[in-house]
Amino acid sequence: MITDFSEASLKNFLKTLPPVDQVGAEARAAMLATRSIKTSSKTWAIDTAISMVDLTTLEGADTPGKVRALCAKAVRPDATDPSVPSVGAVCVYNDMVKIARTHLDSIGGKHVPVAAVSTAFPSGRASFAVKKQDTLDALENGAAEIDMVIDRGAFLSGRIGEVFEEIRAIKELCGDKAHLKVILETGELVTLDNVRKASYLGMLAGGDFIKTSTGKVAPAATAPVVLVMLEAVRDFYASTGKRIGVKPAGGIRTTKDAIKQLVLVNETAGSDWLNPQMFRIGASALLNDLLLQRMKMQDGYYASPNYVTLD
Amino acid sequence: MTEFEYAPALESTSILNLQSDYNLFINGKYVPAKTGKRFPTINPATGEAIANVAYADLADVNAAVAAARTAYEKVWGKMPAAERGKYLFRIARILQERAREFAVLETLDNGKPIRESRDTDIPLAAAHFFYHAGWADKLDYAGLGVNPKAHGVVGQIIPWNFPMLMLAWKVAPAVAAGNTVVLKPAETTPLTALLFAEVCQQAGLPAGVVNIVTGDGVTGTHIVSHPDVDKIAFTGSTGVGKAIARAVAATKKSVTLELGGKAANIVYDDAAIDEAVEGIVNGIFFNQGHVCCAGSRLLVQENIQDEVIEKLKRRMSLIRVGNPLDKNTDLGAINSAEQLARITELTSTGDAEGAERWSAPCDLPSKGYWYAPTLFTGVSQTHRIAREEIFGPVLSVLTFRTPAEAIEKANNTPYGLSAGIWSEKGSKVLWTANRLRAGVIWTNTFNKFDPASPFGGYKESGWGREGGRHGLAAYLKGGKN
Repeated sequence: MITDFSEASLKNFLKTLPPVDQVGAEARAAMLATRSIKTSSKTWAIDTAISMVDLTTLEGADTPGKVRALCAKAVRPDATDPSVPSVGAVCVYNDMVKIARTHLDSIGGKHVPVAAVSTAFPSGRASFAVKKQDTLDALENGAAEIDMVIDRGAFLSGRIGEVFEEIRAIKELCGDKAHLKVILETGELVTLDNVRKASYLGMLAGGDFIKTSTGKVAPAATAPVVLVMLEAVRDFYASTGKRIGVKPAGGIRTTKDAIKQLVLVNETAGSDWLNPQMFRIGASALLNDLLLQRMKMQDGYYASPNYVTLD
Repeated sequence: MTEFEYAPALESTSILNLQSDYNLFINGKYVPAKTGKRFPTINPATGEAIANVAYADLADVNAAVAAARTAYEKVWGKMPAAERGKYLFRIARILQERAREFAVLETLDNGKPIRESRDTDIPLAAAHFFYHAGWADKLDYAGLGVNPKAHGVVGQIIPWNFPMLMLAWKVAPAVAAGNTVVLKPAETTPLTALLFAEVCQQAGLPAGVVNIVTGDGVTGTHIVSHPDVDKIAFTGSTGVGKAIARAVAATKKSVTLELGGKAANIVYDDAAIDEAVEGIVNGIFFNQGHVCCAGSRLLVQENIQDEVIEKLKRRMSLIRVGNPLDKNTDLGAINSAEQLARITELTSTGDAEGAERWSAPCDLPSKGYWYAPTLFTGVSQTHRIAREEIFGPVLSVLTFRTPAEAIEKANNTPYGLSAGIWSEKGSKVLWTANRLRAGVIWTNTFNKFDPASPFGGYKESGWGREGGRHGLAAYLKGGKN
């Protein structure tokens, strides 16, 4: 695909990518949103979506207590039903990683990885040294997944060599210890052409996942954006044989939203991406709606929200 | 379940009040054919009969034309234009209210996916009535001079591919302009037109303004050759269109014809490829390719052919073929055994002439009429599949090297209904559009319709326009087409 990763070479490569027609991408996403997912396929989709949730708390007000509660929910989302799968990961700030890891291990949640947001999340406005240290802290404390933000300022001003180099360096720090998710913050890149270019930068620089958003900027994981990112991983796989995951995050709050995401995956990248190794959904409120819908599928009626735990 | 398989999501038919026998709609009432003759209408997805429909013979057509004449002379022609408009608004609203019923019936009788009848056919049909309702009392401002006049009685013959939508394209401008109508729906898809008759009753439309006679080509001939019909509007095959033109030559009748097409969909190498692939799929597989303006000839720039074909095949493999009533179906049934035979015959010439056939892997139902989404590569201009309208889910792929060659090939057809251009370079898009001899040209999209936008063809694709101010003019005297 490309072997010379100098800024000039990267720029030339990005120019060869086909443009995205926004109207067409929106129309395709809107058509896929009309898919009617019922009965057995809905049941399957709900459990699959639960296993893909990166259960997230990213607040200034996060405390050890709040994070421990989140961990308990992540391991056993429904206290009354052990058949509900654990979520894909717990996603927290750097300083909460150790608390999350320790607590997960102590409650039988060794299989649930901890993801840490990194590189001066959410803005990415810090020196490169600080970003690296941020990542090292998270890794030392047991993060198995690093959700880094790209430097959108650098991207928008054309310094894509810098964007690439940061991703590459963070990937090097992750080594074998952690998966790297590259957050594009598509709400700040704005155009779908930029989303496609940034997706390729993230993949070429070694990201294991490309992720839409921090959740702090709106719009976040809109269907056309996710569509374009899924096309990118599909085409990247076709030309390199390397499968990159996708993580939409931000704004996915209901079961319906989540199922629409799964339909997008199914009919764009394909079923090889329909598992937590290749697709995650960054969310917090979503999990409880999935649980309520799961109960509805089993019992035939909607339960009060009081039948699912807050966190 | 290891993969994401979509469970059946069938739209219920319980909303329909299906009858075993349907009558003609003449002078505001449902009446049996004078001969008592009936013919079955088939559900193409199962091959089973849905109902029997009255067969209109000459005497029935005479009665319908007489009713239309009386209504024109006594009521509709004299009515203040604003009052006429109110009826159209009422019809439009009722169509919206009963949209699901119409969509289900259309899908049952025609075989098209419920997603399309629900999201395209019926909403657009209602939109046409709303649009023309607004015109009814503003005809002076249509650019045709002051006080343009209606023709009188209009005979309208519509095809089976968009039964309700084509009815709306025909009836709405005609009655908005003050004409009365004798309409013949296609032999294989009469049911939504007969349900529309019920809407006319519900809206209190004066008797005789809209008359619906069901039958076959012979019924159509009776309308075309009727001496008291002032204008003929026809949508259908070029062969029949030519026969109509001959029949009305040297008579007082005006004619508009909307006929076949063999549209070129031109994909330049600087196009947004993923969206172009979507557009190619939409262009030829929308409505099983039963679309006169279908993008049935893909002209792809030779240097991106492999990439486009690979992506196109992958995308075509995702097309969900099956029960048209399933909300997740993308490609429904072929409308009739006759049409299936025609598609099969024409595509076999593609094989024989050396084009390479590829069909999407899909399980076709055992009953009914079906054809898998298919493309032919290595097609040249001389092949029949590059020249004749297949009117099915079959795409012929040709290549070009330069923009000039693309234009040459695109225009090298007796047809000229529509065309598509895919490029991100605006100047090239405009350069190309200026040189294409086609009535409708879409850029970076395909099969987009709007009541305000005129539709029609060059050359053997037809005479006149439908929709917009130009379409309205076809239903007025003194108006320019």
